[in-house]
Amino acid sequence: MPVIHAEGLSLEFQTPDGPLLALSDVDLSVESGDFVSLIGPSGCGKTTLLRAIADLEQPTSGTLVVNGGSARQARLNRGYGYVFQAPALYPWRNVERNVTLPLEIMGLSKAERRERAARYLDMVNLAGFERKFPWQLSGGMQQRVSIARALSFEPDLLLMDEPFGALDEITREHLNGELLRLWHRTRKTVIFVTHSISEAVFLSTRIVVMSRRPGRVHDVIESDLPDDRTLDMRDTEAFLKIAHRVREGLEAGHSYDD
Amino acid sequence: MTDAIEPSPGKAPSFWARLSRRRGVPIATILLVFIGIWYAAAIPMNRQVIVQRYTLQDVDWTTSMLIRDSWSYSRPILPAPHQIAVHLFDSVFMQKINSRRSLVFHTRVTGTATLLGFFLAAIFGIALATGIVFVRTLDRSLMPWIITSQTIPILAIAPMIIVALGSMGIRGLIPKAVISLYLGFFPIVIGMTKGLRSPDPLQLDLMRTYSADKWQFFRYLRWPASVPFLFTSLKVGIAIALVGAIVAELPTGAQAGLGASLLSGSYAGNMLAIWSALVMAAILAMSMIGLIQLAEFLNSKRTGGRV
Repeated sequence: MPVIHAEGLSLEFQTPDGPLLALSDVDLSVESGDFVSLIGPSGCGKTTLLRAIADLEQPTSGTLVVNGGSARQARLNRGYGYVFQAPALYPWRNVERNVTLPLEIMGLSKAERRERAARYLDMVNLAGFERKFPWQLSGGMQQRVSIARALSFEPDLLLMDEPFGALDEITREHLNGELLRLWHRTRKTVIFVTHSISEAVFLSTRIVVMSRRPGRVHDVIESDLPDDRTLDMRDTEAFLKIAHRVREGLEAGHSYDD
Repeated sequence: MTDAIEPSPGKAPSFWARLSRRRGVPIATILLVFIGIWYAAAIPMNRQVIVQRYTLQDVDWTTSMLIRDSWSYSRPILPAPHQIAVHLFDSVFMQKINSRRSLVFHTRVTGTATLLGFFLAAIFGIALATGIVFVRTLDRSLMPWIITSQTIPILAIAPMIIVALGSMGIRGLIPKAVISLYLGFFPIVIGMTKGLRSPDPLQLDLMRTYSADKWQFFRYLRWPASVPFLFTSLKVGIAIALVGAIVAELPTGAQAGLGASLLSGSYAGNMLAIWSALVMAAILAMSMIGLIQLAEFLNSKRTGGRV
């Protein structure tokens, strides 16, 4: 059974200028253990789709199944971890207490919280930074804290909305490598929003190319790249072939309403 | 030199380092200039009464006599700073602490009313702000009344409160605290409403993804986000609560409190008493605000603030 199943999903925002169709008739299926990237031009609704899966937006029509139930049920069950575009750390909490925030809300014991924080901060290479406050960290480190926070309550599903969008190229590539290793180790289902082609190809088992607003799925590309990927692979023919197909999809999607 | 000692990056400076970092020389210069102007102003201000006395006593007076006398006359229009200092010292340290001539006594009376009123204002203000933020209808229905309450001059409403409470047998401390509360809650409601609404959409979404309940939203997000606003509004609130307590002491012709000292000083035309009471009120306000600032500093150390 798929972790996420969307069929004919449409979402309309009510704005002062009238209704705005953000998603139109989206079909999407994500299997357990998939790493799925949503890629598309700005404003194509990829973030909206992710937010709908997270029950942060309400679809206007269509069906959406998350973890075998409704999106709302999945949220109430804390069935997913969400990583936002910005780290969204609470500045009055130190790194450790930011990571343990969801655990406090879920009522875990103090010992268990500390143990989890140590484990997941170590996983994102931030051991030793427990007592620092967010403003004392770089942007990349802050985003890693927010990933540790999303992992800390051990959801099987990870929703990531352009988590590295605000970072420089080098940091971004470094964190891509780390994320891939993390995914190998945990085998969580990941849905990853990006507008970087190389990031999408490098990370994903499946790439969903979305077209311009109103957002719809233009193409779904299965990646046949091996599981243990390295940054050098980006120059191989297999990598470039997939990247090319993504680019073609994006260009076709772009010209959609031109 | 007064060069600031820059804290090492990533490390908050200690409270004492921050104190000593303040620039002493410019402050002292301004103070000296200010005192100089004051002494100079005392001469023309007091000239008339002193010359009148010279004429009455039929003395030949010189400029140096006028200057000397305008800085030492016992019932001046504008007393010189050292006269106020002497009077203040006398009424603080040289009187029995429970006598009505002791400013310590009056300060304690006013201070108690202020603190009680401020304490109630803080609770009331925070509770109102919480209600306004969590219940949408309260925002619409209460806010206009809260703002209206502050447009009525306190001088008009204070006697009404005192008479009304007095007719119910409540006198002394409580009516004064009520007026302090009336003035002091306003900046706290406004500041806390703003503070509780300060979390950005992302921070709110994060709590939603944890399916946090309303209480958890408050405890983990809205409350800690509002704390900087809280301290700012508490500082405004306590200063204005002191004004409320002093104003509340005027209409009854109260026998105790800094407001009463001001009133009796003005009835008697005793400028020295008025100035001393004013200085005491300023010292009282500064020490109360200082305490809040200390609490703010200790809290910001705990929450990693860049102070």
